[in-house]
Amino acid sequence: MSPLTIGNRLAKNVAVQSSSDRPNCLTSGHRACQGCGEALGARCVLDAAYVATKGKIAVVNATGCLEVFSCVYPENSWRVPWLHSLFGNAPAVAAGVAAAFRQQGKEDVRVIAQGGDGALADIGMGCLSGMFERDDDVLCVCYDNQAYMNTGVQRSGATPAFARTATTLPTGNYLGNDAQTGKNLPKIAMAHGIPYVATASVGDIRDLEKKAAKAIRIKGAKYLHVHVPCPLGWGYPTSETIKIARAAIQCGLFPLFEAEHGKIVESTPIKEPIKVEDYLRGQRRFAHLFGKNAPPEALAALQNTADNNIREYALVGGADE
Amino acid sequence: MLHQLEGSHAIARALALCRPGVVCAYPISPQTHILEGLEELIRSGKLQNCEYLNVESEMGALSVAIGGEAAGVRSYTATSSQGLLYMIEAVYNASGLELPIVMTLGNRALGSPINIWNDHSDAMSVRDSGWIMFFAETNQEAADLHILAFGIAEKVRCPVIVNVDGFILTHAYDRVDIPSQEEVDEFLPPYAPSVSMDVDSPIAIGTMVPPEYFMEVRHLAHRKHEDSLAMIECAGHAFEEKFGRISGGLLRGYNLRNADTIVVAMGSVAGTIKDAVDELNQEGGKFGELSLVCYRPFPEEALRNSLKNAKRVIVVEKSLAVGIGGILSREIELAMKGCDVEVISVIAGLGGRNITKTMLKECFGRKNHEKTTFLGLRNDIIGDQYRRISNDDC
Amino acid sequence: MNKPFATVLGPSTSLSNKTGSWRTMRPEYVKMLPPCNATCPAGEDIQQWLSFSQEGRFREAWDVMVKDNPFPATMGRICYHTCEKACNRGQFDGAVNINLIERSIGDIAIANEWKFGTAPEAKKKILIIGGGPSGLSAAYFLRKLGYGVTVYESNVKLGGMMRYGVPRYRLPGDIMDAEIRRIIDLGVEVVCSKRVRSVREEICGFDAVYIAVGAYRAAKTSAEIADGANVMDAVDLFRKLEDAASSLPDFGKKVVVYGGGNTAIDAARTVLRLGAESVKIVYRRTINNLSAHETEIHDALAEGIEIMCLRTIDSVEKGKVLLSVMSYDEENDILSKTDKTDWLPADSVIFAIGQSLDEGILKEMSEISVSEQGVIEIDKNMMTGAKGIFAGGDAIMGKRTVTHAIGSGKKAAKCIDAYLQGQEPMANVKNQTATFKRLNTVYFSQDPRVDVSRLGDISFEEKDISYSDREIVAEASRCFSCGNCFHCDNCYGYCPDNAIRKHPDGSLEINLDYCKGCGICVAECPCGSMKMTLDE
Repeated sequence: MSPLTIGNRLAKNVAVQSSSDRPNCLTSGHRACQGCGEALGARCVLDAAYVATKGKIAVVNATGCLEVFSCVYPENSWRVPWLHSLFGNAPAVAAGVAAAFRQQGKEDVRVIAQGGDGALADIGMGCLSGMFERDDDVLCVCYDNQAYMNTGVQRSGATPAFARTATTLPTGNYLGNDAQTGKNLPKIAMAHGIPYVATASVGDIRDLEKKAAKAIRIKGAKYLHVHVPCPLGWGYPTSETIKIARAAIQCGLFPLFEAEHGKIVESTPIKEPIKVEDYLRGQRRFAHLFGKNAPPEALAALQNTADNNIREYALVGGADE
Repeated sequence: MLHQLEGSHAIARALALCRPGVVCAYPISPQTHILEGLEELIRSGKLQNCEYLNVESEMGALSVAIGGEAAGVRSYTATSSQGLLYMIEAVYNASGLELPIVMTLGNRALGSPINIWNDHSDAMSVRDSGWIMFFAETNQEAADLHILAFGIAEKVRCPVIVNVDGFILTHAYDRVDIPSQEEVDEFLPPYAPSVSMDVDSPIAIGTMVPPEYFMEVRHLAHRKHEDSLAMIECAGHAFEEKFGRISGGLLRGYNLRNADTIVVAMGSVAGTIKDAVDELNQEGGKFGELSLVCYRPFPEEALRNSLKNAKRVIVVEKSLAVGIGGILSREIELAMKGCDVEVISVIAGLGGRNITKTMLKECFGRKNHEKTTFLGLRNDIIGDQYRRISNDDC
Repeated sequence: MNKPFATVLGPSTSLSNKTGSWRTMRPEYVKMLPPCNATCPAGEDIQQWLSFSQEGRFREAWDVMVKDNPFPATMGRICYHTCEKACNRGQFDGAVNINLIERSIGDIAIANEWKFGTAPEAKKKILIIGGGPSGLSAAYFLRKLGYGVTVYESNVKLGGMMRYGVPRYRLPGDIMDAEIRRIIDLGVEVVCSKRVRSVREEICGFDAVYIAVGAYRAAKTSAEIADGANVMDAVDLFRKLEDAASSLPDFGKKVVVYGGGNTAIDAARTVLRLGAESVKIVYRRTINNLSAHETEIHDALAEGIEIMCLRTIDSVEKGKVLLSVMSYDEENDILSKTDKTDWLPADSVIFAIGQSLDEGILKEMSEISVSEQGVIEIDKNMMTGAKGIFAGGDAIMGKRTVTHAIGSGKKAAKCIDAYLQGQEPMANVKNQTATFKRLNTVYFSQDPRVDVSRLGDISFEEKDISYSDREIVAEASRCFSCGNCFHCDNCYGYCPDNAIRKHPDGSLEINLDYCKGCGICVAECPCGSMKMTLDE
């Protein structure tokens, strides 16, 4: 069995990211922090889409880290047609782009709207929902780092329960972000009944590429939710981005699945299940859950979320369990 | 060809002749009939190669237009009042990105209190946004300005707002000459953007610009506006030559020669003013009227030339800058600096208040004016209210 | 294009922003010594030939093998494969079956008659005394270095302990012969049945001599041997078995073998094949202390051989042996006799308690000294006290396995070459060994080792267990490539800054212009072939 690495000198079907002539849609010289999961995620998604469409993609980017670190005059890191308008309107702008291409007979140019969880789960949710509802021919990609990183790690609607952010500092009995699960954007997307919704992670690049390549070819509205750890905001060493992303998958807190027309059609099974603690422990944003006086309920609640995911998405032992 | 049309439908038909590719809007009174008209033209096949997107908000509407325009297609939207405020972030964005979108603003008051009727408060809220702004006097001009707007926007690479008085024009039926497609095609060349999203030439549009370059970006936007004045004037002449009537341009004067008092206004109220001026002149007065067709860029020099011989300039304006008063009047006052002209501000028609010829005649005929006159203000109401709002503490 | 100022930019202009300046640590590719290679007595580059095997490039794999060992098919059978004990995959789901891959590829080479090619014209002449694994290994390497080589072998056939110390069911004669033939075909002069009485007599005309006479003289037993007792020596038995001219000794029906090494097991299994009805191995320590290889012990037990531990032979009489029960303090390694004794019926007793050097050939060579342990003393370059006379294999101090002997022959060849060129031998610079801790095993799936039993019928026929081509590829693909890049592209694929370049030939290079030093590449390297170092 060949190793589950990005490439493999012996195998033909390897990741786009292992190809020596991969497009590098996001090229070097960008200003992302060391170990940025979002920079990696964006390159992987766009490269996969680029290869799948033979270079025919156009990208609309919401305001946020990704936009700020990639395109500050006079330095542009993009190698694809790219448009940044505002924080909350990327899906609508992309809908306009898609309509314009259609009117010019250029449907073969596939349109991507991308942004962070703040841009899509919060401020841009209206535009996103509208794009879904109209079934615009747009792939929306959310790079979910679970807070407003660009402005200094404030809480977003997608911030997980008990996470410490600049606006949810644990003090006294307050255990960080309120005990909710964070806005579940993939499920919201599914509720629109759009042709394709999938979750992916930089912790599983092959899976991510497969989904991006599949999504970009589908006509109509598509949504891809990509988990991208943030060393700065989450508080872990820059070298551990992939390890943390992998742990989120393995513990069940970030389930990988695909849904078509509102129904789950595929889940990526967890290779070796771990406890949520093994995912949380390495991150400073959850450090208060491991202190001497930390109440055990918090960890139990998060474990419960993970267990529910494992059941709901049949992440362990196949769909029959 | 002449048609008896509602203003909104006249606009829709003129727009269709401009061959837009992407049309999108979110319904708000009084702009709705324009969309309905366009939608019908598209669905019936009268307007082809155009897509109508029903969006979830005004933010979405202008954003779709931004996308459409950036991807190389003539894009259009329309809104009013609160809708404009809701999309205002995108308003600034579209001009900053130099996207020649055309937007109709069915002028309406801003709340609160909520009020759906006409004034120019909405237009004034985006007067510094970098868009070119025209005001239509009649249904005919409303239709014509749209035909002019696309060409100007695309030449200047700047979005254009065509202001059309809500209800007064949008919902009023009038005789409108709708040119033929051939005529419009001859006048308005197909859209050929110099910059657009293209896989063969992958550019990035909408960079972040740091302090070292930001001033220059803004300065150039200003310079571009100033430079476009001549072009806008030219376009007006070209329109007259092609279609045989006067629409657009910078200004339009009425009875200016020998006028001591010139009344300046924007939009449909000019018609009533002209009637008042006519009657006052018949009674021996020396009145003229000047319509400001192009509000942004502000035609300062043309205004000076038109007004410099007057003794008095009365500005009838349908908006109020709370805390300071008239907006247009102050801009004109600045433009007239150094001339011996008294500039009087008359705030009129807020929230759809009737402006009648009688009221105007009375007002223009006064010898003395307050600094800011509120036309037709109901003193029976405000007397008591002054006491309520006065602050006795200091 | 009439682009607006600043708000519109062409592609890739950020390449002017050299983000490498942010870096405080930098990644580096390293080449480490895989544990298999590190422990191989012949110094084989196992990882490299496994790598070729993964690609089905068996010829290249074999070429790599024979760079260090001219006997792949032989060693693939009788090497005790320390490599597999060291294999890091052992800590995951079972070591790679290196030995069986070597055997399988060795067999492919024989079947396809792959040769070593031609050796350069002979310049100087070397005499090798002893045609066993060490002598033949030295002959091979020296011949390839361009020396004329003459081998004197006292036995009728070449092979030494491979032939006379290993039974044929473990190493078929045709396999061994084919691999020896390949060496001879390089142009090695061989004189068999030539018993060298004294080295002194033979050195004339040679530029250097390599003594690889092995250790043949059976060790003396302290047991009392009564008259009429049927005793014999294991090595002697094997030799008689190989020598067509010799007749086999009569060992009766009940045989006792004394000893705990591989030779004891080999002897026991051999007499079982020759018709003995009961074979018992008597050993002084516990079963855990047997020095024989565990698969050999396992196979012997499976064939019905009994191992009697904690027993020593006091005396041998006709038809029986007297055993003393031993007590062994494992912690302090103290072995002592108890009072208990026991008679055991035995038609014959075979001693397999070790062999020693026959010092006879060294007479008149006072410069060459023999140590207290009875082995030839050499310096660090394998030269004896006599200039130009080298020694190796079982005749010197060290482990007495065929693999060690081959390694010893290889080293001797290197030393002789250096000596004749008036140089010091090139130091063998070894990289740090790649430990299991360096690996990131999440990228490997569980694919447990499948052991292949060598146990067949009780006969002298070898069981055919060689892998098919496909099986070779599959098993070789289990290699973790510890400490050496195997081109998985994780570093390239995971770098958020595209700071690793992949050239069309697959080679990778760190682009320090853009590397911010995050360390993801190092963390995600499955085989530990990258490390972070402080940036200057």
